[in-house]
Amino acid sequence: MAHKRREMLVDPLVDNNPITLQVLGICSALAVTSSMQVALVMTIAVTFVTAFASMFISIIRNHIPGSIRIIVQMVIIASLVILVDQILKAYAFEISKTLSVFVGLIITNCIVMGRAEAFAMKNPPIDSFIDGVGNGLGYGLILMLVGFIRELFGSGSLFGVTIFETVNNGGWYVPNGMLLLPPSAFFIIGLIIWAFRAWKPAQVEEREYKIQTVDAH
Amino acid sequence: MGLRNFFDRIEPHFEKGGKWEKYFPLYEMVESFAFTPKTVTTAAPHARSYIDMKRIMTYVVLATIPCILMALYNTGYQTNLAIAEFGPSGWRASIIEFLRIGFNPANPFANMMHGLMYFLPIYITTLVAGGICEVIFATVRKHEVNEGFLVTSMLYTLILPATTPLWQVALGIIFGVIIGKEVFGGTGKNFLNPALTGRAFLYFAYPAQLSGDSVWVPVDGFTGATALAVTAADGVQELAAHGITWWDSFLGFIPGSLGETSTVAALLGLAFLLMTKIANYRMVVGCLGGMIGFSLLLNWIGSDTNPMFAMPWYWHLVLGGYAFGLVFMVTEPVSGSHTNLGRYIYGALIGFMVVMIRVINPAFPEGMMLAILFGNVFAPLIDYFVVQANIKRRAKRHV
Repeated sequence: MAHKRREMLVDPLVDNNPITLQVLGICSALAVTSSMQVALVMTIAVTFVTAFASMFISIIRNHIPGSIRIIVQMVIIASLVILVDQILKAYAFEISKTLSVFVGLIITNCIVMGRAEAFAMKNPPIDSFIDGVGNGLGYGLILMLVGFIRELFGSGSLFGVTIFETVNNGGWYVPNGMLLLPPSAFFIIGLIIWAFRAWKPAQVEEREYKIQTVDAH
Repeated sequence: MGLRNFFDRIEPHFEKGGKWEKYFPLYEMVESFAFTPKTVTTAAPHARSYIDMKRIMTYVVLATIPCILMALYNTGYQTNLAIAEFGPSGWRASIIEFLRIGFNPANPFANMMHGLMYFLPIYITTLVAGGICEVIFATVRKHEVNEGFLVTSMLYTLILPATTPLWQVALGIIFGVIIGKEVFGGTGKNFLNPALTGRAFLYFAYPAQLSGDSVWVPVDGFTGATALAVTAADGVQELAAHGITWWDSFLGFIPGSLGETSTVAALLGLAFLLMTKIANYRMVVGCLGGMIGFSLLLNWIGSDTNPMFAMPWYWHLVLGGYAFGLVFMVTEPVSGSHTNLGRYIYGALIGFMVVMIRVINPAFPEGMMLAILFGNVFAPLIDYFVVQANIKRRAKRHV
């Protein structure tokens, strides 16, 4: 059992990553990754919500009527998100301002709903909790990677600490302005997916079409 | 046939089982550069033509020659003009002084040499940085390196301002080759123009140097707005106050990107491409039609607050990158539409978008690059509708 639980935790990091394999939760990955600090807070928030939402849903999974299960799941997820939002506003107001609506939008984050629907409805609470933590971390891993690239090359700093002194402050580094724009995360996530699939060819999807070759004629 | 013998002697080493098997793409690149490519179509349809990919690409490079010459002359001319006012600076000026060529803007040779000082470093950087990417991809993915890269690197060089730092040049072409071409499978499978993709990357990454708000003359102390930025601020009439006449811009004696300034050089290239049927006239007609039509419409609508509305179409033609883009980018066969009707629509869409971005979007003074990329993205969709319409039309005949 312990072995299986470890897999639940580690599997979503690379082998079954919610962003790079399932391509879920992309919107927030584009929006909140321009600095690592914000990405880290977002990671913690999403991990918290996914883990506890999965656990609570799993606890009452045998009592939820199938026809209204989405509504019940949403109620639990939404309550947790509001909780996170209030805590952030109380203790980390600056960051909650930068995150703005994206904390609220965790409710609609496909990863949370996806795990609730696909895993928590069929498995016991502790397993669901671990699965939620694993998926939250898998999401966070990509977020931090993207945030690392975007903040380091876009503003020359990490967690707000200057690594490359930029030209405007009298240093040598000319910041890459494109990395501060949300579309750049598209390229970075695309490149990360490419790298993951080159590393683990099992993740490559089968083609939906057949390439015509000379031999086929 | 000494060279042929040499290739024949070393070829076995690069073939399967040879000791340099891995480097076959490199061998193939050099060999097909010197001789006719060996790859022939083995499956039907067996249409015969003298034009293979090597010839297409070589013709496009030939067509850029007027632009290259103008790029050399004009870059040197603008720089020497500015030097007359601000004095020489930088290592390029030192070389010119060392060679005793002088900085006289009236001396064509001095202008050409000074232009070469800017053109060559950018071009060499492009070839080296982009070439390394090409070779790596060719080696790993086992496809050939072909002459397409010569076109990409030449066009990319010509659409850059002379002031671009060389590391940005390298970064841009690497992005263009990888994201614009190789990730989609290499030459012939790219849906974006690789040269423009690289340029767009620089445009968004380093807007301070490349967005076209301030002028691109590489002399310390020289400031000013590009022709399009002047027009955006004060209207076409103001250009005369900056010493820019229509004929200047048509011939190309205005500050701007290396090879983009001269409309007449681009048109010479266009004549060559149309004569050899490398460029498809439908895209050119569509693009001119879209631009002229929409700018006439905007002239007619008019605006009190935005002077760009009054910009006549013949100014749109000669300013910025319109002419160069029309000749070398819009007509690119891979990233454009592939159906004849689609080509008109594709061209018109680009012509319309150029004017749209230049006139109505206040953020960017220049619009050709973004308009062409926009058209590239829409080209497959246009083709799809044209093909579907054709299927429907023919299905109606046989109810």
